[in-house]
Amino acid sequence: MELKLENITQEEMAELQRNVFLSTLEQLKGWARSNSLWPMTFGLACCAIEMMGVGSSHYDLDRFGSFFRTSPRQSDVMIVSGTVTKKMAPVVKRLYDQMPEPKWVIAMGSCATAGGPYVKSYSVVKGVDQVVPVDIYIPGCPPNPAALIYGVNKLKEKIRYEAKTGKKVI
Amino acid sequence: MDGEKDLEQLKKEAAAKAKAAALAKKKEKEQSTTEEVSAEEEPMDIAKQKAAAAAKAKAAALAKKKEKEQTTTEEVSAEEEPIDIAKQKAAAAAKAKAAALAKKKEKEQSTTEEVSAEEEPIDIAKQKAAAAARAKTAALAKQSADTGDVEKAKAIAAAKAKAAAAAKAKAAAQGKSAGGSDEKAKAIAVAKAKAAAAAKAKGKASGADSAAVSEEEKKPSPNQPVLDKYIKIIEEHLGKSILEDSYINELSKDVPTLVAKPEAYFRLAEFLKYNEQLSFDFLSELHGTDFETHMEIYTHLFSYKNRHSLALKVKVARENPEIDSLQPLWAGANWPECEAYDLLGIRFNGHPDLHRIMLGEDWIGYPLRKDYEPYDVEV
Amino acid sequence: MIRTEEMLLNVGPQHPSTHGVFRLVLKIDGEIITEARPVIGYLHRGTEKLAEDLQYTQIIPYTDRMDYLAAMTNNYVLCHAVETMMDLEIPERAEYLRIITMELGRIASHLVWWGTYLLDLGATSPFLYAFREREMIINMLNEISGGRLTFNYMRVGGVKWDAPEGWIEKVREFIPYMREQLKGYDQLVTGNEIFMNRVKGVGTYTKEDALNYSLSGANLRCTGIKWDLRKEEPYSIYDRFDFDVCIRDGGDAWARYHVRLSEIGESLKILEQAVEQFPSEGAVLGKVPKVIKPPKGEAFVRIESPRGEIGCYIASEGKKEPYRLKFRRPSFYNLQILPKLLVGQNMANLIAILGAIDIVLGEVDG
Repeated sequence: MELKLENITQEEMAELQRNVFLSTLEQLKGWARSNSLWPMTFGLACCAIEMMGVGSSHYDLDRFGSFFRTSPRQSDVMIVSGTVTKKMAPVVKRLYDQMPEPKWVIAMGSCATAGGPYVKSYSVVKGVDQVVPVDIYIPGCPPNPAALIYGVNKLKEKIRYEAKTGKKVI
Repeated sequence: MDGEKDLEQLKKEAAAKAKAAALAKKKEKEQSTTEEVSAEEEPMDIAKQKAAAAAKAKAAALAKKKEKEQTTTEEVSAEEEPIDIAKQKAAAAAKAKAAALAKKKEKEQSTTEEVSAEEEPIDIAKQKAAAAARAKTAALAKQSADTGDVEKAKAIAAAKAKAAAAAKAKAAAQGKSAGGSDEKAKAIAVAKAKAAAAAKAKGKASGADSAAVSEEEKKPSPNQPVLDKYIKIIEEHLGKSILEDSYINELSKDVPTLVAKPEAYFRLAEFLKYNEQLSFDFLSELHGTDFETHMEIYTHLFSYKNRHSLALKVKVARENPEIDSLQPLWAGANWPECEAYDLLGIRFNGHPDLHRIMLGEDWIGYPLRKDYEPYDVEV
Repeated sequence: MIRTEEMLLNVGPQHPSTHGVFRLVLKIDGEIITEARPVIGYLHRGTEKLAEDLQYTQIIPYTDRMDYLAAMTNNYVLCHAVETMMDLEIPERAEYLRIITMELGRIASHLVWWGTYLLDLGATSPFLYAFREREMIINMLNEISGGRLTFNYMRVGGVKWDAPEGWIEKVREFIPYMREQLKGYDQLVTGNEIFMNRVKGVGTYTKEDALNYSLSGANLRCTGIKWDLRKEEPYSIYDRFDFDVCIRDGGDAWARYHVRLSEIGESLKILEQAVEQFPSEGAVLGKVPKVIKPPKGEAFVRIESPRGEIGCYIASEGKKEPYRLKFRRPSFYNLQILPKLLVGQNMANLIAILGAIDIVLGEVDG
C-alpha cells in the first residue's frame, strides 16, 4: 500500500503530526525505562533519611514514576546512600549482582562518591565505585532531596541519550 | 642559716662598733681639756659604758639564741627558747630602756651640740637594738602563744620590722643631718638586716605551717565525703589492698574515681553491685583506652537507689592484656567488652561470647591502638 | 513422616525496615524464633580513631553523623564534655538557642520513629504525616544552622550562628500546630485495634532486666522507673523549665509507644517556656580561647538524647586534639537486650520489637 502524501489535507496532516511519531525501538525502550525507575532501598546511613524524605510527601518521588522496591530482583536502580564500609562491600556487590539487567547505580552523598568525611578512616571504602560501576554521582552531605531528584533526572537523561545514540556516557 | 650567721657577725660588728665609738668618744673626752666638758661627760661616760655593756649583753644573748637554734631542732627550740629568750630580752630591753632614759635626761641637761652629735650614733645604735629586740620578743611571744596563727604573726612581725626600719630611717636621717658617717649607715643597714632576719627566723621556724595554710586555701571537693565513705565501706569488707588509688576527678563533675588492682577487679565490682549501701546497679559505660605504657579500662557505674555515680578504672598490661569480665554482673557489659576486645585487643576472662563485633573476624590488627598500621590502605 | 527442622534465616543487612544495615541471624522453628544473634559492624566508620587527629571543633561534624536523627544532642554532648573540663561560662542566649534546637531535634527524631515504626507494622499513611511535620521542623533548623540533617551548629562555649529575624516567631507558631497534629495521631493510630493487637504485650521486660542490660531513655521509662537526665542531673538550663517525666508500667512495646508520644508533648511544653523566656539580645558564643585545649585529665558526661543516655568520654593531655574520645551511644547498649526478647516470638513480632527499641545504626556504629 502506498502512502500518497499529496492526498492528505492540511487538518489531517496536523492531526497526523500530533498523533504519529517515528522513533527507533531503542529510543522507545529508553523512554519506558527512564520514566519508571524503581529504586531499591539501599539506605545505609544519614543519606538514607534524605532518601526517605524524597519518597515522602514533601518531595514526592512517586510523581516521577519511582517508588521504592525492597527486593533487588524487582528494581532497576540501586541508590547507594551512605557510607560503605569494608564489611559491607561484599554485600553491596552481591546485591548488585542480584539485580537484573538493565541496571544502574546512583552514588548518593559524598561517602558513597569518594569516602566522604570518613576518607581517612581505617574501615571505610573510599567510594562505592570501587565495588560496583556507578552511573551518577550526587555530591552533598547529605544532599538535599531536591538534589537527589536532580540526580534522578540526570539518570533519565543519560538513559535516553544512550538509547538514542548508542554511545556510552562515562 | 647563713643569714643568721651573718646576723651574728653583724651584731658583733655593731657591738664592736658601738664599743669603738664609745672608746673613741672616751679618747676624745680624754683629749679634751675643758673641765666642764669632762665634768659633764663623766655621767655620760658612765651612762655610755652602761649602754655599751647592755649592748654587749644583748648581743651575747642573741648570739646564744642563734646558736641554740642552729644546734637543736627548730620546733623544739622555738618552743623552749622563746621563754628564755623572752626573759633575756626583757631584761636587756629593760636595761636598754633604762639606759636610754638616762641618756635622754643627760641630753636634756647637756647643751652642747658636740655632745649631742657624738652621742647620736650610740643612741641610734641603741635605739635600733632596742627596736629589734622589741620586734623579736613580740614576734616570738606571738609564736609561742599562737602556733596556728602563723600568717598573722608573720605579718605583724613584718609590719613591726618595717616600723622599726622606718624609725631607724628617721633616726638615721637625724643622725645624717647632724653629721652622717659611714658608721651610721652601716649600723642602719645592720639593724634592718636584723629585723629582716628576725622575720626570716620566724618564717623558718614555722615553715611547716605555711604549707598547711596553702592547702586550706584550695577547697575540698563536695564529693570528698562520699568518696571517703565508699573507701571506708570497701576497706571494712574487703581489706586494704584492693584499691590502688582513689581520687575525685574534678574535671568531670567531681565524680569519685577508684583505681582497682587487676587481681581484685572482679571482687570489687561484685561488692559494689551487691552491697546494700553502695548498690551500683547500672553500668553506664565501659571502654578501654590505650595509654602507651599500659592500657586502662574505664567503667562508669551509677546507683539508682542512691543517685550517685562512680568511676572505676583498672590498669592492665599492654602486651597480652587480660582482665576479668563484668558481664556476669551486668549484662549490659556484654557488647562494650566485645568492642574493647575488637578495637584494642583486651581479652576478657569469663565473657560468654567474645567476638569481634565491629570489624569482622578476619581483620588484622587492633585499630584503636596507638601503633596500628592499616593492612590495606589503598581501598 | 513429617519432620520439622530448624532453619537459619538471615534478616540481612539490607531489609525494608529502614533501620539501616543491621543483620540478624535467626534460628527459627517454623515461625517461632529459638535463637537470635545480631551482627553489627556494617557501618563502623572509626569516628573515635579519626578524632585523635582532629581538634575539638573539627570533631563536631562527625558527631552529627553518629545519631543522624537527633544531631543536635550529639553536638551538645561533645561541647558539654569540653566545657565541663574547661569550666566555661555559656551566655544566656546561647543556652536558650541550644535548648530550643535540641528539643526541636527531639520532636523530629520521635516523629521519624513513629512514622517508620508504623510503616514497618504495615500502615503507610502515618509515615507521610510524620514526614510532613518533620519537614517543617527541618526547615526551621535549616534556617538557623544551614543543614537539614547534620547541623554542625554547636561550638565549645555556645552556638555558631544567631537566630535570624522571625525565627522565634516561627517556632512559636509551630507549637500549637504540632499539638493539634498530636491529637490527630492519637485518633489515627492509638485506638486502632490492629495496632493494639500487634503491639500490646510484645517485647516485655522487667525493671531489673532493664537496669541489668543498661537500657536508658524511653526503654527504661516504659518499665516504670522514673529517670530522666534532664530532671535528675540537669545540664544546661533545664532546671528552669517545668515539665514531667513520662513513665508507663508494663515494659512492652505499647508502653514505649506511649512514652515516646508523651515525650513529644513534654518537649512542646519546654519549647513554649523557652520561647517565652528567650532573651532578646546577647552573645551567642562565650569567651573561649582561640585554640581549645582542655586541661590534662579525663571527663565523662552524659545527657538525655531521644534514644537514651548519650555520653562522651574525653581523655586529654592538654593538647588541641583529644588523646581518646569515646561516645557512650544509647542504641548500642539498648540493642543488647534484643536476643533475650526475641526468644519464643513470632517472626511478625520481630519487627514490632526491633522497631520499638528505636535504634539508629549510625549510633550502634555498625
